[in-house]
Amino acid sequence: MIKTILTVDDSRTMRDMLRLSLVEAGFRVVQAEDGVHGLEVLRDETPDVIVTDINMPRMDGFGFIEAVRRDVTWRSTPVLVLTTEVDAEKKSRAKAAGATGWIVKPFDPVKLVDVIRRVAA
Amino acid sequence: MDPMAAIRDTFFQECEEQLSELESGLMRMEGGETDQETVNAVFRAVHSVKGGAGAFGLEDLVRFAHVFETALDQVRAGKLDASANAVRLLLRASDALADLVRCARDGATPDEAQTTSLAAALKALTNGGPTDDGHAEDDEDDGLGDLTFLPLPVAVEAETTRPTGWIIKFRPLADLYGNANEAALLLREVSGLGPVSVTVDTSSLPDFADLDPEGAYLKWTITLQSDCDEQAIRSAFEFVEDDCELLISRASDQADEASLPQPGVDEGGAGSAETIRSPVPIMAANATASSDIPTDADVLAMIRKAQQSVSQPDHDQPAARSRQGAPPAVDGTSSKSDGGSAVGATIRVDLDRVDRLIDLVGELVINEAMLTQRVMEAGLARASGVAAALDELEHLTREIQDSVMAIRAQPVRSVFQRMPRLVREVAAMTGKQVRLLTDGEGTEVDKTVIERIADPLTHMIRNAIDHGLEPTDARLAAGKPEEGVVKLTALHRSGRIVIEVADDGAGINRERVKAKAIERGLIAPEAQLSDEETDNLIFLPGFSTASTVSDISGRGVGMDVVRRSVQSLGGRISIASRPGAGSTFTLSLPLTLAVLDGMVVSVAGHTLIVPLSAIIETLQPQAANVHTLGTDVRVVAMRGRYIPLVDVSMALGYRDAPLEADKSVALLVEGEGGIRAVLIVDAIQGQRQVVIKSLEANYRAVPGIAAATVMGDGRVALILDVDAIVSVTRTEILRGDALRAEPFLLQAS
Repeated sequence: MIKTILTVDDSRTMRDMLRLSLVEAGFRVVQAEDGVHGLEVLRDETPDVIVTDINMPRMDGFGFIEAVRRDVTWRSTPVLVLTTEVDAEKKSRAKAAGATGWIVKPFDPVKLVDVIRRVAA
Repeated sequence: MDPMAAIRDTFFQECEEQLSELESGLMRMEGGETDQETVNAVFRAVHSVKGGAGAFGLEDLVRFAHVFETALDQVRAGKLDASANAVRLLLRASDALADLVRCARDGATPDEAQTTSLAAALKALTNGGPTDDGHAEDDEDDGLGDLTFLPLPVAVEAETTRPTGWIIKFRPLADLYGNANEAALLLREVSGLGPVSVTVDTSSLPDFADLDPEGAYLKWTITLQSDCDEQAIRSAFEFVEDDCELLISRASDQADEASLPQPGVDEGGAGSAETIRSPVPIMAANATASSDIPTDADVLAMIRKAQQSVSQPDHDQPAARSRQGAPPAVDGTSSKSDGGSAVGATIRVDLDRVDRLIDLVGELVINEAMLTQRVMEAGLARASGVAAALDELEHLTREIQDSVMAIRAQPVRSVFQRMPRLVREVAAMTGKQVRLLTDGEGTEVDKTVIERIADPLTHMIRNAIDHGLEPTDARLAAGKPEEGVVKLTALHRSGRIVIEVADDGAGINRERVKAKAIERGLIAPEAQLSDEETDNLIFLPGFSTASTVSDISGRGVGMDVVRRSVQSLGGRISIASRPGAGSTFTLSLPLTLAVLDGMVVSVAGHTLIVPLSAIIETLQPQAANVHTLGTDVRVVAMRGRYIPLVDVSMALGYRDAPLEADKSVALLVEGEGGIRAVLIVDAIQGQRQVVIKSLEANYRAVPGIAAATVMGDGRVALILDVDAIVSVTRTEILRGDALRAEPFLLQAS
């Protein structure tokens, strides 16, 4: 079955790169531009994995992950944080919000797909 | 196109957006708005540029953006004060970042020295804060950032003689599942390292009635046969290292036995509220142990303790983390997202497509006019059904045209945003302190116009700082604040966009201007000029020459060139100046270069269009009100004022003898700088929206004529350049030296 990945990132460049990498790896990709938009997309889509940026306008990645985890539908959906943040504090905040794992930008498409496969059932 | 190349294009487009966001945010900070939202937006902009740059391997850009971002992060965290000096440095850094982006885009070589010195300045600014940016930089540059953060407790053991494999004891805590990690997937990951045998310990599983579906009750012992190092195993558990108990030890025969699950371990604990999250003590104990047995003893003790804490996790964790999918949580989520449903839905369309659409709509407008004319020629009554339908069509056509033009309309912001940097540069070069104020950035105008106002505007601003503002000491002497102000304003006025560049400098030195104009032979020494006329001398060709032009506003362009380029857009430029208080340049441009509302008039058998925006009123002049001054200059008395009268047919060379004023129709028009004149024509045919066809592009520039259009009958009609016609009369009056428009021929195509 083809897996659907939701990516949430405010950067068009990143969205394009994610789409390209994931589509080439055989995933179906749906995209959102920030946390608020991401939650809207989740009303119509049932992604297998969510990949989200941290720094975004309107609703950042932390807020988005928390909102996703609050919804019983997405309780067990893996959420990966895609961010350039390297410091441990951001990572633990993301984890506290409910993130499953993380990928540090600049991502390598192979590694990205590898991490997604790792958390996807 | 190669997808990566397309993404690269997107990246650079996005960079431009982020850079202007960055600059405007920093300028708001400069103005004292250091609220969290502004600082966040600024941070995000640099962060985004860095993220994309990393993906494309643009090392220089990443390195500089990183230093920049570190400084902004400190501002964001309140560790660095956004003082005026700091913000000024950040603004300069934003300029440098813009340069780096453009160099990366165009493959040019960046200004190494500038980047290095700014990076050093930023680092100096950041120092004092706790950030260790040297390390962070390395982390990102090696592309292994996702591994480097791992706090690796002492991992390598002295024992290297028997690399037979590993024993991994793994016990998930509830949070592991809570974050949607899955033990089975982790086991799968480990099994990718080599053959495994896995045993599960279910002894702490409670009775079904007491079972929390989202609790953590199982633990596993994995025997892995692999030569891999410990880090490979740890990276499989990378995401869950804080949410599980993990014990990795070298497999030995003894260890194999010792590590078997022991029944005694699993007494369910009496719920201690304290959750043990850190597995570090276990690992530390293990790593230093040289013998297996004490290690296991430690492990057992730790596991027992941990078990007590995790056995009833959800009773201890209040409703905030309720795992039962309580409806309120769901509602909370959805109402939150409802609030944000007003997402700005935009699409990006290739400009060529819009241009093509506009061209087609232009053709449609012409075609509609032709159709109307044919129907009228066919003798159908105005009241007929066809005529009514045609009215409807005209209405629709017009709406389509407006809507299509609106697609291409853009706020002047994109041009205004380039100006702050220009101001900073010119201010630095002239050693003046300048504050740029802008107003009306949201004023919309057709994209084709926007593209062409940047150059004249750049020159006007340079001019305002270089020539308009006095040097600092002169300002202080005049009792003005040290900092000069240049104000850039855009607004819509009667169907045109008006852009003003105002400075609070010394104003135009009229004596000097006049002296120079006489010296250059531009005016007669005895000419009597009003203040306004004197000021406008600076627009005359040949006024500005090398000796008066400095490096800054010079670049070999005088104000006459600015005026010419503005006029070629159907625009006009004027100046108002008050000694000691400053000068204001006013640029007025049509909102679009594609269509025009015009009055269709007949002049000596030709059809001409007069732009409606220039016409104030139409009237039937009485012979008694027309007075002749000198030989051929006529004025009309109107409401107590005398207004110059221009015979269009003579101005364009259609006739040699003037038209009798009372046998004609007059249009009161207002030209550049509010100068009024009365144009007399033979007759008025009506009003019509016309599609502008460039005369320069299809024929050549003709004085007095702005452009042409195609009428409903397929004939070409010329669009009158009201400013030129009005100014011709004024010049005639002024200098007695008629710049009479040459006669011309135009072939109707």
